[in-house]
Formats: sequence, C-alpha cells, structure tokens
Amino acid sequence: MIETIGLVCVGILLLIGAGFALVGAIGLLKLPDSMTRLHAPTKVGTVGIGALLLASMIHAWVLGAGSFHEVLIMAFLFVTAPISANFLAKTNMHKNACDTPPKPPRDDTWSTYAVPAHDGALTQKMDDKPAAKG
Amino acid sequence: MSALAFMNFALIVAFVAMALGQIMAMIRLVKGPSTGDRILALDTMVINAIGLIVLLGISQGFRIYFEPSMMIAMLGFVSTVALARFVLRGDIIE
Repeated sequence: MIETIGLVCVGILLLIGAGFALVGAIGLLKLPDSMTRLHAPTKVGTVGIGALLLASMIHAWVLGAGSFHEVLIMAFLFVTAPISANFLAKTNMHKNACDTPPKPPRDDTWSTYAVPAHDGALTQKMDDKPAAKG
Repeated sequence: MSALAFMNFALIVAFVAMALGQIMAMIRLVKGPSTGDRILALDTMVINAIGLIVLLGISQGFRIYFEPSMMIAMLGFVSTVALARFVLRGDIIE
C-alpha cells in the first residue's frame, strides 16, 4: 500500500517537473528580448529540477535505500541561481542588449555602470598593453 | 493502471519533455542575438542535463547518479559565472 502511494507520488512529481521544464524551455525560445528571456529558465532551475529531485528521493525511499542526498543539489541550485542571473543581467546591461533601465531613485547611476578611479586605470593599462607590444 | 505503470509512463513523459527542452535551449544557443542569451542557453542546458541524469537514475534504480549531477551543477555555476565575467571585464581572475 505504502509502495503504491510512493510510486504514484513519484509519477505526479515527475509530471510536474517535466511540465515546468518544458514551459521554461518554451519561454527561453519564444520570449521577445534578452531581459524577459532571462526570466523564463528560472522555472526549470527551481520547480522543474526540484520536483525531479524530490521524485528521485521518494523513489529511493520506496526501494528501501532512502537518503537526503538530493537536497544538497537542490540547495546548491537555489543558492547559485540568483547569482548567475545577476551576472547575466549585468552582461545584458553592458552589452546594450536591453533598454537602459530607469535611473535609480537616490544615486546618479547604477552601481554596475559606476567604475572607480583605480579600476579605470587598470582597464586603461590593459588597453595599452597590446599597443605597447605592437 | 497500476502504480508502477503510471510511474513508467510519467518517466517517459519526463524524458521527452527534458529532451525537448534541451533541443529548444540548443536552438536559442545557435540563434541567440546577444552574448547574454547564449550564456543563458548554456546555463539552461546544464540544468536540463542534471534533470536528465536524475531521470536516468530513477529509471535504472541506481543511486550512483547523485555524484555526477552534483558535479555538473557545480561546474555549470562556475562556468556561467566565468563566462559572464569574461564578457563583462575581459578577465576572469584579476
């Protein structure tokens, strides 16, 4: 009886995960510009993979060799997803792949556009290097 | 329909959905107008690959597929950040 319930739970979770993964992929393909495309695959990264890993965990418990290992992958993905999304948004802003966002309410400019003086010198040095070589 | 048959059906549906997702991400990787789109497509493909490996583990009933998926998750994050940083600064470790 417990086994039946477990297997049905695994099946339902697999269907949920597959549906979210498919929706995220369709969004990645169909959405119109870079910043909106950034938003679609978050469904794959959180609910999609989360449901699949939960299904894997329940399946292992049904087989009698259960453990909580998969929670590690889930936690890792949940922690790293916003960081990579932030980096990708910055990339889009610097590559002019999106409209310039409106000015922030208190500062002059967005912090990613504000380059400190010593950083500018570093970039200058890097720009000079090939010229000095050639 | 017995519970096992339902689970096997759901497994096949999930495999097909993940494979379709992988193909769509690949199309975006080839098409992607900007560099950010291409990096995002690669990130999505890594996450889809983790999903496929987890599904393989469920279908075969082995527990050894945990380590590869963990490693792919870590590599995927590091490579996404490295690519984005390289595009942003022209350098990864300054």
